[in-house]
Amino acid sequence: MQSLKDVAQYVRSKAAGPYWVTVDIFCGDAQAYERIRRAPGLSGPAVGRLYGVSENAVKVFEVPALNVIKISFPRVEPQGSAHDADSHAGQYFVPLLDVPVA
Amino acid sequence: MSEARMQACRVLVPSGVLGSGCPQAAFDRGISLKPDAIAVDAGSTDSGPHYLGAGVSKMTRKAVKRDLRQLMVGRAELGVPLLIGSCGTSGTDAGVDWMADICAEVAAEEGQSVKVALLYSEQEPERLKDYLRRGAISPLPPAGALTPERLESCDHIVALMGYEPFARAIDDGADIVLAGRTTDTAVLAAVPLMRGLPIGPSWHAAKTAECGGLCTTRSRQGGVMLTIHEDGFDVEPLDADNTCTPWSVSAHMLYENSDPFELREPGVVLNARDAVYTALDPRTVRVTGSTHLAMPYTMKLEGSGAVGFRTMVFSGIADPKIMARLDEFLSKLRAHLTEGVSSVLGYAEREYDLEIRPYGAHALAPPGAPAAQTPPREVGLMTLITAPDQTTATEIAKFCNPVLLHFPLNPDDPMPSFAFPFSPAEVELGRLYEFKLQHVVAIDDPLELVRTVRFAVDRGERRAVA
Repeated sequence: MQSLKDVAQYVRSKAAGPYWVTVDIFCGDAQAYERIRRAPGLSGPAVGRLYGVSENAVKVFEVPALNVIKISFPRVEPQGSAHDADSHAGQYFVPLLDVPVA
Repeated sequence: MSEARMQACRVLVPSGVLGSGCPQAAFDRGISLKPDAIAVDAGSTDSGPHYLGAGVSKMTRKAVKRDLRQLMVGRAELGVPLLIGSCGTSGTDAGVDWMADICAEVAAEEGQSVKVALLYSEQEPERLKDYLRRGAISPLPPAGALTPERLESCDHIVALMGYEPFARAIDDGADIVLAGRTTDTAVLAAVPLMRGLPIGPSWHAAKTAECGGLCTTRSRQGGVMLTIHEDGFDVEPLDADNTCTPWSVSAHMLYENSDPFELREPGVVLNARDAVYTALDPRTVRVTGSTHLAMPYTMKLEGSGAVGFRTMVFSGIADPKIMARLDEFLSKLRAHLTEGVSSVLGYAEREYDLEIRPYGAHALAPPGAPAAQTPPREVGLMTLITAPDQTTATEIAKFCNPVLLHFPLNPDDPMPSFAFPFSPAEVELGRLYEFKLQHVVAIDDPLELVRTVRFAVDRGERRAVA
């Protein structure tokens, strides 16, 4: 099975204020968007388990006009705190690249 | 009855942050389009809690002065307002004063006579405690309820201003407004909003341009020009060879925003769900259909306070025997270090924090990430000690030093030596600050928590104005 890195055009992550991370998945076209939208590994609960946050806290937005899936969640370590290793949350997207996409 | 069409309002946004520079040719082209205002943001929390906690700028004074000179020269040519938000990165009072000094210096050097308004929005914990008692401060997710102790733990607290203090300052005759912490968008939306242009498009235009050229196809070629009008807004790059496309503009609504459609601002929420993005020509995009909803007026609070001091030791390991059993090695290393810090130095684990980050292995992996399939080729171990003071943090790091250099995987192994890149190995990182607030304060008047100070520069002399 392919994974997100094979199907999506571009994936990025960034801090949205000191307490939130937001991941933008640019699918590229409507067909890829439909495939990615259905990936169980990108559901709120799955993303919550991956990043160690409560599944209720994860917000998944569908933006069909841009063929984008946007996933936002509160970060376990607020930006810049003692155990935070990625202040701008710029590398948070990487583990999602291996999520299987049917 | 036919009404006269509302006059459009143009805002030149030179860059995403003052100090990052705008190519002169792009800026000059912007000035030739005769904007009604020049506006730029000078700060953010993006670079972490240090800047607010310590009250210092991330940008160098020289870079800020270079940019401010460019903007002040352009402003003087047109006689339009220049608005700068979040002075000195975090928008503390000290940040505003720092920018005011640079501004006065440039005015004197350029022989300009200017009226400057300074907007301060730093807050005293005591004053905010009154709001807290009255139930006027509420948490934003994921924060909990605020306590007075939390307010006291901050070294600096700022409230994010909306557009109203800027509008007042300009109405009162300011040529240049230098503001403390302001929402990135309010500084850009201020002049269109005070001129009565449509609210949804004014905020949406501001959100589009808040990072300067990031909504264009070549983000390093300078900022953009916003034209807000009755039907919506248009955005085009300042640089003649750069372009905005419906894609580059619409995708920017996603950037650093946890919600792709809505943006909460003081007293209003922007809704861009039904916005339509159309190419007016190959380099200009028109946006229509942005709406807004009036909300209770709140200002977001940001606070940062020191929580300790840090010292770091960085060491490298490439030995394949250890790479193959890295997690076991790290766990034994950590246990050995904490035992020694306790028995030799006399510090219990709760008195300090010791973290070992294996860069090259899984330093950036979240808790639920699957284990790596193959051992890394080499790892950099960043050992971070946090303690109540620098002396203790460095004392603990010095104790760790020989262990980090020679710790064997098995007790009977011949003594290994790992790769230290520095002598001394300990690097003092100074104070560690943390963000403390994720709350909003409800207020009746947008200027309630804002103080305005005016000065003028005339023939090189700076004088206060009542």
